[in-house]
Amino acid sequence: MSLDRARPLLLPLALTLAFELWARLTHLQSDSLAPPSAILAALAAALADLSIPIATRDTLFAAFAGLAIGSAIGLSLGIAFGISRPLDRLMEVTVEAIRPIPSIALLPIALIALGFGYRMEIVIVAFACVWPMLILTRSAVRSIEPRLMEMSRALRLSAPQRIAKIVIPAALPRIFVAFRLSAGIALIVAVTVEIAINPIGLGAGIMLAQQALRADLMLAYLLWIGVIGYALNILLIAAQRRLFGRAALAGDNP
Amino acid sequence: MNRAAILWRVASILVAAGLIAAWQLAANLRLVSPVFLPGPDRAWAALVRGFSSGDLAGKLIGTLEHMAYGWLAASIAGIALGALIGSSKMMRAYVAPSLEFLRPLPVSAIIPVAIAMLGLTRGMALFVIAFGAIWPIVLATIHGFAAVEPRLYEVARSLQMSRAAIIGKIALPSALPDILAGMRLSLTVALILSVVCEILAGLDGLGQWVLLSARAFRSADLFAGVILLGATGYLTSIAMSLVEQRLLAWQTAAR
Repeated sequence: MSLDRARPLLLPLALTLAFELWARLTHLQSDSLAPPSAILAALAAALADLSIPIATRDTLFAAFAGLAIGSAIGLSLGIAFGISRPLDRLMEVTVEAIRPIPSIALLPIALIALGFGYRMEIVIVAFACVWPMLILTRSAVRSIEPRLMEMSRALRLSAPQRIAKIVIPAALPRIFVAFRLSAGIALIVAVTVEIAINPIGLGAGIMLAQQALRADLMLAYLLWIGVIGYALNILLIAAQRRLFGRAALAGDNP
Repeated sequence: MNRAAILWRVASILVAAGLIAAWQLAANLRLVSPVFLPGPDRAWAALVRGFSSGDLAGKLIGTLEHMAYGWLAASIAGIALGALIGSSKMMRAYVAPSLEFLRPLPVSAIIPVAIAMLGLTRGMALFVIAFGAIWPIVLATIHGFAAVEPRLYEVARSLQMSRAAIIGKIALPSALPDILAGMRLSLTVALILSVVCEILAGLDGLGQWVLLSARAFRSADLFAGVILLGATGYLTSIAMSLVEQRLLAWQTAAR
C-alpha cells in the first residue's frame, strides 16, 4: 500500500534529483535553467518578501471576479436556452458566430476600451467563462426528467418558481461540473492575459523574472503557478464530491 | 434537413442580422465612441481593404502556419508518447500521475521559460504552441488506450501479435475517438497560443496585427482582425468535425 502511494512521486523525485546533480556537477550557469535547490530558495524568498503572495492575490482576484461574472451570464443564458427551445433555435447562429472567437483576441479591444489593470482582465476572463457554462447548463437543463417539468406545470408554478424549485436543483450537479471547468479556464486566461500584456499578477511576475535573467525566480513562479492550478482543481473536485457525492463525477469525461 | 429546421435556421440568421443592425445603429448614433467601437460597415470595409491592398492575407497565413506546424508536431509526438505510456502498465503507474499534475497548469506560463531559452523567435513560438497542444493529446491517448475492451487484448495475445501490431491494429483504432477529441481541444489551444506568441514576439500574424491596430487606435482594422480570428476558430473546428465524422464512420456503422 505504501509503495502504491509512493509510486506516482517516484518519477518527479528522480528527475529532480538527477537535475540537481547534473547542475551541481557542471556548475550550471544559465539564463533559463537553475538547479532545483536554487528554485526552492527563490520560491521561499519570494514568498517571504510577499511578492508572490501579492501577485497571487491579484491573479486570483481577477480570475474569480471574471469567473463570477462570466458564469452568472452563462448560467442565466444556459437556463433560458435550455427551457425554451424556440429561443435556443433563434439564437443559434449568433452564439455559433461569437463562441469560436479566441478569448485572447479580445485583449486588444479590452486594452483600448479599459486600459491596463483588473478591469480588462476581468472582462476577458468573463468572456471565456460564459461559453462552457452556457453550453453545459443548456444540456443539463434539457436532460432534466420531463415528468418533473410536467409536475411543475400541474402545480401551476410560475416561471421563476419553476426555475428556483425544479430546474436549478435538478441540474445542479452538472452545473457544478461546468463551474469547475470554467474555474480552470479562468485561471489559465488570467495568467495568459498577464503574460501577454497586463502588468499585474503572477503572469507579470514571471515575465519580469525572465527579463531580469533570474532563471531561479522565473522557474519558482512557474512551479508556484502549477501548484495554484493543481490546488484549485483538487479543491473543486473535493467540493464536488462533498456536495453531490460520487454520482456527480459519473457524467464527467476526463 | 426538413422544412421546419430550415425555417428555424433562417429565423436564427435573421436574429443575428438584427443584432448586427443594432450594432450599426449604436455605432451610427455614437452611443459608444467610434474609437472603441467601429460600426460593422467600417469593420467590413477594413477587412476588404486589408485583403485587397494591405497585408492581412499574409498575417492570416502566418497565424495559420504557426498553428498548423505546432499542432501537427504536437499531434504526432503526442500520439506516440501517449501510445508509449498507455500501452505499458508500468509506465501508466509511474508516469501518468505526473502528467495529471501538468493538466491544470496554465501552459502559457511556459512562455517566459521558452523566451529565456530560445529568444523572441519563431522557434520559440512553435515550441510553445507544440508544448501547449501536446498535453490534451497525450492524456486523451492514454485514456483511450486504458479504455480498450480487455477481450481484444486477450484475442491479440492468443493470436501472438507483437506489441507494435497490438498498438497499430487494436489499441490505436479503438482509442481513435478519444485521440480525435484531444486533438480538437488542442486546436483551440494552438490558436490561442499562436496569438499570444505573435503579440509577445512580434511575429507575422493576426496577433501582431490586432495589437498594432490597437496601439494605433485603428479600431476598424482591429475588429477586422478579431473577426478573422473568430472565423479561423470556427472553420478549423468545422474541418475537425468533418475529419472526425469521416474517420469514425466505421464505428457508427459497426454499432
